[in-house]
Amino acid sequence: MSEFSLWDIVYNLLLAGRWTVLLSLTAFVLGGIVGLLLLMVRTAGNPWVVRFVRGYVELFQGTPLLMQLFIVFFGLPLIGLDVSPWVAATFGLTLFTSAFLTEIWRGCVESVGKGQWEASASLGMNFTQQMRYIVLPQALRIAIPPTVGFSVQVVKGTAVASIIGFVELTKAGTMITNATYAPFTVYGCVAVMYFLICYPLSLFARHLEGKFRNVAR
Amino acid sequence: MSLVELHAIHKSFGALEVLKGIDLSIDEGQVIALIGKSGSGKSTLLRTINGLEAIDDGVIMVDGKKISERDTDLLALRLQVGMVFQQFNLFPHYTALENVMLSPQVVKKQSKAEAREIAEEMLAKVGLADKMMHYPDQLSGGQQQRVAIARALAMKPKVLLCDEVTSALDPELVNEVLAVVRQLAEEGMTLVMVTHEMRFAREVCDKLVFMHQGRIHETGDPEEVFSNPKTPELSSFVGGLA
Ligand SMILES: Nc1ncnc2c1ncn2[C@@H]1O[C@H](COP(=O)(O)OP(=O)(O)O)[C@@H](O)[C@H]1O
Ligand SMILES: [Mg+2]
Repeated sequence: MSEFSLWDIVYNLLLAGRWTVLLSLTAFVLGGIVGLLLLMVRTAGNPWVVRFVRGYVELFQGTPLLMQLFIVFFGLPLIGLDVSPWVAATFGLTLFTSAFLTEIWRGCVESVGKGQWEASASLGMNFTQQMRYIVLPQALRIAIPPTVGFSVQVVKGTAVASIIGFVELTKAGTMITNATYAPFTVYGCVAVMYFLICYPLSLFARHLEGKFRNVAR
Repeated sequence: MSLVELHAIHKSFGALEVLKGIDLSIDEGQVIALIGKSGSGKSTLLRTINGLEAIDDGVIMVDGKKISERDTDLLALRLQVGMVFQQFNLFPHYTALENVMLSPQVVKKQSKAEAREIAEEMLAKVGLADKMMHYPDQLSGGQQQRVAIARALAMKPKVLLCDEVTSALDPELVNEVLAVVRQLAEEGMTLVMVTHEMRFAREVCDKLVFMHQGRIHETGDPEEVFSNPKTPELSSFVGGLA
């Protein structure tokens, strides 16, 4: 099977790697938006909404990502929605990401003291203004390092999408292995590529952590 | 009619009844000192006046208008009633100037120039014209509290509530804050202050309200009340301070 040079392997993996990056970015951005909405409605404090969001978070934290993707991929057709692996993977990873991010951010919002809420309320601000000008800016500083750190989990999570047939890095690795019978080389290359995506993110998160620890405001 | 009227205010936290029927009227320009032991309900009473604490029963009227629990009413109420807290509660991510400018801009929709002009005026009034660009963590406690007063004043409230505004300060910083409060009183600002500074209360306030176990136990002219307390509770409270 020597028609495949190492370069062919790497080249094909790089092509598929673009989908890993795209899926990660999409899930992260959409998950971030959904997570922020959940955070806002949860912080506003209607007890039923709080309970719903808590249940949502528990559900996604308490089940394997693989099961979540299976349920989306095989469940949506049952209610008449036939979705491609790309849509199913995006949808599933978005839900997964939103649950984790909203929980990370909840902790950050809660670290902003009651005095800040009361002072801004006594100045006549409504909930949206309090969030926008007082609470979120302070929470954001604390939230950035763990958020960037979590993005690594999202990148690695995209590997699971290979199981429902979405051709990203891991799936491409499997397909190339089937053609080359060189699993060690191929998966070795796959691992290196994940590492090249994730390691800079980890470094960046650590850098931010140090930076924000030293800044009081 | 008084500027603020409280009728039969009741408030409980769970089974704990903290306000047991409070009647109080505050006239325009009046300076009221609220005194009493810790836990007697002073802060809770103050916080009901600007809706930070919802009441269980009773009526609050500000400027002739009855306040209900509706959000819009509360926001309107807070435009009339400013508050300064024991712990300052400045916004740490904004400079002194930004702390003072923010609400006029976002709540009252004033232009940036307008808000800045008022903020500079208020900061100058509390003696901090040279600290406008400082962040709260670059200011002393006394300076932070003065920024907090300027921030409340910039909203042009009709009444200013002060909850132990000097209690968190080192002793040497107390006077600079009291001087600002005294100046406000002299300018005719309506003030309700919870305080342990009895000498200050005696010199500056028009009316003294002594709270005991969730009720207004005794009230009157400060000189009168201090020199001749009518109830044993106030007598022992004043005695305990001396
Ligand atoms: N949010 C709250 N929840 C439960 N109890 C409270 C709360 N706020 C105040 N209390 C209780 O109400 C009582 C009166 O408190 P407060 O008004 O702060 O008194 P003061 O300011 O006179 O010291 C105290 O027993 C206090 O523990
Ligand atoms: Mg108190």
